Amino acid sequence: MSRPRLIKENSAPLSLAREQLIRIHDLMVKARVLEERLIQMYKQGHGYFWIGGPGEEAFNVPLGMLMKVGEGPAYDYLHAHYRQSATLLAMGEEPIGALRQMKNTATDPYSGGRNFAGHFSRRSKNIAPVTSPIEVQYAIAPGTAMAQKRHGGDAITIVTGGDAGTAEGDFASCLIWSSRPANPLPILIIVTNNKWGISTTSDGQHGETNISDRARAFNIQAKTINGNDPVESYQELQAAMEYVRKERKPFFIEARVSRLYGHSSASGANFVNEEQDCLRLFEARLEQEGVLDRKQMDDVRNRYTEELAAAARTVRDEPQPSGDSIWEHIYAEKK
Amino acid sequence: MANMAQAIRMALHYAEENLGVTDIFGEDVGAPLGGVFTCTQGLKTAWNSPLDERGIIGTAMGLAMAGNRPVAEIQFCDYIYNTIDLLKLAGNTHWATNGDWAMPMVVRTPVGSGIRGSLYHSHSFDATMTHIPGWKIVMPSTPLDAYGLLISACQDPNPVMFLEPKALLRVKGEERIPGEPEDDRALSKMIDAPLGDRSQWKPQWPTLEAFAVPIGKGKVVREGTQATVISYGRTMPLCIKAAAQLAEEGLSVEVIDLRSLWPYDWELIKASVQKTGRVLYVNEDTEVTNFGEHLVRRTVEELFYSLLAPPRLVAGKFIPGIGLADALEMASVPQQNDITTALRNLCREQP
Ligand SMILES: Cc1ncc(C[n+]2csc(CCOP(=O)(O)OP(=O)(O)O)c2C)c(N)n1
Repeated sequence: MSRPRLIKENSAPLSLAREQLIRIHDLMVKARVLEERLIQMYKQGHGYFWIGGPGEEAFNVPLGMLMKVGEGPAYDYLHAHYRQSATLLAMGEEPIGALRQMKNTATDPYSGGRNFAGHFSRRSKNIAPVTSPIEVQYAIAPGTAMAQKRHGGDAITIVTGGDAGTAEGDFASCLIWSSRPANPLPILIIVTNNKWGISTTSDGQHGETNISDRARAFNIQAKTINGNDPVESYQELQAAMEYVRKERKPFFIEARVSRLYGHSSASGANFVNEEQDCLRLFEARLEQEGVLDRKQMDDVRNRYTEELAAAARTVRDEPQPSGDSIWEHIYAEKK
Repeated sequence: MANMAQAIRMALHYAEENLGVTDIFGEDVGAPLGGVFTCTQGLKTAWNSPLDERGIIGTAMGLAMAGNRPVAEIQFCDYIYNTIDLLKLAGNTHWATNGDWAMPMVVRTPVGSGIRGSLYHSHSFDATMTHIPGWKIVMPSTPLDAYGLLISACQDPNPVMFLEPKALLRVKGEERIPGEPEDDRALSKMIDAPLGDRSQWKPQWPTLEAFAVPIGKGKVVREGTQATVISYGRTMPLCIKAAAQLAEEGLSVEVIDLRSLWPYDWELIKASVQKTGRVLYVNEDTEVTNFGEHLVRRTVEELFYSLLAPPRLVAGKFIPGIGLADALEMASVPQQNDITTALRNLCREQP
C-alpha cells in the first residue's frame, strides 16, 4: 500500500492553546480506543461487521469540536459517512452507543439493533442517518442547507464522504445544487481522501490532481489539507466554517487521511504499518513541545481502554431486539 | 368543473397557504412554464431545479429532515428510475433510525400512457413503487380525489408518492372542488397562465376549502352484485364505462376506485368480493410482478371460499416499452374493449 502524499510535513509548531491540544488528544485517543474495541468485538464474534475510522481522528475530532451541536435548522447538520466515530465523540456522544450498535442490541441508540457499526444517526444533534449506499448524503445535504439559509442565522450543513465515492453522480449533484448563483448554500463539502476505495487505488480512478480541483469549476472555494495533522485540520476547518457561516456560500475541503485498519472487516481489519498514524505523529509532537509527557498520554489511553472494556461487558448482557419489533416504526405517526 | 391539473394546482396553493408547504420544485416547475402539464402554474413557492432527478429527491429529503415540507416533482415517472435507491432510503429512514427521523415529503410524478408518449413518456410506476416499503402511494382518477389526496399527502408525516395519470390531467371532473367557481371559464381565467408573456401574470386563487380524501380509503363508484372490478388511474374511467355497458346487457358490476395503493383499502375489496364472488383487477403497468398480482394472491388466500370464479388481472403487456404508433400503444395497455370483454367473461364463468 502506498503512503498518502502529504501536503505539508508536520514540522510547524503546535499553534493552538494548550487546553485545545490536550482536548484534541484526549478525543483522538478515545476514538482510537473505541475503534480498536469495536474491531476486537467483531473478531470475538460480538458483532457481524466492522467499519470505522481509525486513522481519521486528526481530522474528524476537530470537525466535531467546531460544530454547533443541537437540533433543527439553527444548528449545524452533519451528513456523515461511516468512518466518523471521532466526530461523533467530539460532538458529545458516549462511546458505549457504538458498542451497542456493534452488538446490535435493543439499546443501540442509533438504530435499535437494525444497522451496521458506524451507521450513526441522532436527530437531537442533527446527525443525519449514515447510509450504506455511499455518497447519497451529498444529494441530501443541499436540502438541509437550503432550510438553514431560509431559517437565517449562522448554522451550516456539513457533508463528508470518501474519495472513491466522488465518482458517483451524487457528488456532482452536491457541487451543482450548492453553487447555483441564484441560491448558493451554506454547506461545507468535505472529502476525506485515504486514496483507497476498498481495494482500488486512487490512481486508477482520478484524473484530477486534487479532488478539490473539481470545486473550481463551480466557483466554490476549495482547499486540500493534511488531515493527518489535527492542528492544521482544526485551523483550516475553523476558517472554512467561518466563511460558510458568514458568507452563506459553499466551501470545499479535501483532507488527506490514512486508513489504518484497511477498508472494513471485509478486508480483515488488521493494522496497516505502511500508513501514517496521525495519533502517533501528534503524540510525538506533543511530547517534543512539552505539552504532555509519555506517561500522561499512556494514562489517557489506559483509562479509556478500561472504560471501554467495562462498557463492552455491560453491552454483552443487554437484550437483543425482539423479532416482533420489525413492525415498529415503519411509519411515523401524526403528532 | 376543474380538470385534474387545475385541481392539483389548487391543492398545492391550499397547502402553501395552510399546510406549511415550503418548496414546490422540479424541472420546469417554476415560472414561466409551471410544469410541463401546468400543474404548478402561479404557485408562490414553485421553483426550477437543476435537471437532476437524484438531486431533486435528495434535496427534498434534506428539506424534510430539516422540518420543511417539500413537494418535489419528477417530470415523468420514466425518469424517476434513477432515484430508486434514494426512494428506498426515504422509505426506510424512519425504520432504520428506530423512529428517530421522519421524512415528511411529497413526490408527484405523471404516470402511464394516453398521450402517445412512446417509450419514455408512457411508463407506469405503481408496481415498482409498491415494492418500496415506508412510502404511502396514491393515484387519483378524478380531479376532486386529486385535490383531496394531495391535501392529505401534504399533511402526512411520511413520504407520499402522488402518481398522476397523465391521460386524465386534462379531463374535467363531475364534482366541484370546494371553493371552485361555478363557471369553468371563470376558473380558467383566474388560475390558468396566459399564453405568451407571463412575467406580469398573477393567479387569482378562489377561496378554497380544506377537503381531505384520507389515504388508504377506496371508493365504491358504482354498486353491483355479480362481479367487482377494481382499478385506479387511467383505467378507472374505462372500468366505469364497461360496467355501464354491461348493465345494458343485464350484468351487474360493482366498480371500486382504489385511490390509495399503499396502504390500500382491503376491507372495501373484501366486502365487495364476498358479495359478488367475482373480481377483476385492472391497471396498465406491465403484467409480470404487477401490483394487481399481489391483490390476486391475497384474494385467493383470504377469500377463496367466497369466489365463484378465479380472480383475474388485466394489465399492460410485458414488453420493453410502448411504441409510438397508435396501434402499438393500443395493443400494449388495456383499452375499453379489453376490460369489457374480460368482465363479460368473468360474469359468465360458472363454477
Ligand atoms: C453506492 C455504493 N456502491 C458500492 C458500495 C460498496 N462500497 C462500500 S465502501 C466502498 C468504497 C468507498 O470508498 P471511498 O468513497 O473512498 O470511502 P472510504 O471507505 O475509503 O472512506 C464501496 C465500493 C456502497 N456501499 N455503495
